Amino acid sequence: MKPVNQRAWLLVLPVVCCVAFSAILPLMTVVNYSVQDIISPERRVFVGTEWFAAVLRDADLHAALWRQLLFSLSVLVVEVPLGILLSLCMPASGWRSSLVLVLVAMSLLIPWNVVGTIWQIFGRTDIGLLGATLTRLGVDYSYAGHAGDAWATVLLMDVWHWTPLVALLCFAGLRAIPDAYYQAARIDGASTFAVFRYIQLPKLRDVLMIAVLLRFMDSFMIYTEPFVLTGGGPGNATTFLSQYLTQKAVGQFDLGPAAAFSLIYFLLILMLCFILYQWMQRVGQDRAVEQHDG
Amino acid sequence: MMAERRVRTRDVALVAYLLFAIIPVYWMINMSLRTNQEIVSAFSVFPRSLTLEHYRTIFSDASWYSGYINSLIYVAMNTVLSLLVALPAAYAFSRYRFLGDKHVFFWLLTNRMTPPAVFLLPFFQLYSTLGLMDTHIAVALAHLVFNVPLAVWILEGFMSGIPREIDETAYIDGYTFPRFFVTIFLPLIKAGVGVAAFFCFMFSWVELLMARTLTSVNAKPIVAVMTRTVSASGMDWGVLAAAGVLTLVPGAIVIWFVRHYIAKGFAMGRL
Repeated sequence: MKPVNQRAWLLVLPVVCCVAFSAILPLMTVVNYSVQDIISPERRVFVGTEWFAAVLRDADLHAALWRQLLFSLSVLVVEVPLGILLSLCMPASGWRSSLVLVLVAMSLLIPWNVVGTIWQIFGRTDIGLLGATLTRLGVDYSYAGHAGDAWATVLLMDVWHWTPLVALLCFAGLRAIPDAYYQAARIDGASTFAVFRYIQLPKLRDVLMIAVLLRFMDSFMIYTEPFVLTGGGPGNATTFLSQYLTQKAVGQFDLGPAAAFSLIYFLLILMLCFILYQWMQRVGQDRAVEQHDG
Repeated sequence: MMAERRVRTRDVALVAYLLFAIIPVYWMINMSLRTNQEIVSAFSVFPRSLTLEHYRTIFSDASWYSGYINSLIYVAMNTVLSLLVALPAAYAFSRYRFLGDKHVFFWLLTNRMTPPAVFLLPFFQLYSTLGLMDTHIAVALAHLVFNVPLAVWILEGFMSGIPREIDETAYIDGYTFPRFFVTIFLPLIKAGVGVAAFFCFMFSWVELLMARTLTSVNAKPIVAVMTRTVSASGMDWGVLAAAGVLTLVPGAIVIWFVRHYIAKGFAMGRL
């Protein structure tokens, strides 16, 4: 057990100050906006919860929210299994392992708008390899024209961009399994699937939790990539929450509703984050108990 | 024999994924090496006439290449700042219990989870008021919101892997905390510091929304310069692709340095 030491607060203080400056001050500003109608810098009226009520009734927002949830769930459903499979295929050691790691991790270090640009160039029907190939095959593909195609392209782009994160996490998890486990399995004559199901998957639980948490949160705030690729269109087909918020705040300059929406958005993520964090803590405790008993 | 066949299926799957990962990037490189006329008129998988014209445009135009310099400046500032404040905090979280420790840790994590779009307007106002708009430090400070929590999280994971007996022995030997931290503890968690620096670099380098909002001319990052070109008269695909290719270079260099730690790093040092 760690010793109690209140002076440890001194070590945490710089971080708290830093983050308070960059997070609490702005958040208070948002709270301020959300309860006022700002007509001009000098004239502002307190309106209470009016903006919140207006935002909650906003049909466009509901549509964006459902679109967002569907997108985040699709991302998890595709990327988590694909990432696990990929990590099982990656060589464990030697120069090939280094090369594969660097190639796999590459997409994570590309600026997000460049990711959008890459897929824009790749998907266009006139100059893009993907778009032109599909067109020649007789598929009526256009990410700028058809909602379904736009949706599929954004999802494909996200899979391309972020599956490596899941794969690298699982790869790290697999490397942490002692060889003795595999030897025991070999003696028992376990099948590949049995090895995966009863040795690898349980050991991957922790990293998979981090992966699911990060992928869910990050896909929930996705902005730049679809903004560059489709601009939220065609129509509103790929307008997710962040994009919708930015349109309201910067595009139309509706400060009040935008601020109210920001807070709801923030609280929504906070709630999901809290549930996942509690869950991780509990699993961590279970593991500590297991280790203690065994 | 069965084992051999299984290995082959795995290799095929791996190569298939790597192709999927590389082809879109290859296509951008391909575009950056062709003239605009050729891009629009002739569709081909391999460039026919190679040209470095687009790269020349970027390296000879200050509004382009200063974008790269600006980005590198604020990314470097952010990485150094994040590590400086995160190191002591991570040590505190990994070694001691104190009033509200779990709550503070959770609060820090929530900042990693806040959509940047939420902070957009307030940041604009806050930094305008402080007269920090369009400076490198403004972007570096703004990026602390998501990089500091991440750095604390990663470093805490690595530090918890170091036995506490080492600290206790050092204190008994008469080491003061700062001297112990710098001469004994830091060398032990070198890998963790490297990985944390890598992540700070990565997330600051790829971010667009805040960097674009907080800058206009003097500190304009390359990612924002690129978005402006998209809406310029006509589409200059070649230069856009070349600029994109150049943004890959710093990432590729950094990733090569941490390649041995990258897998462990992505698991936040928690293995």
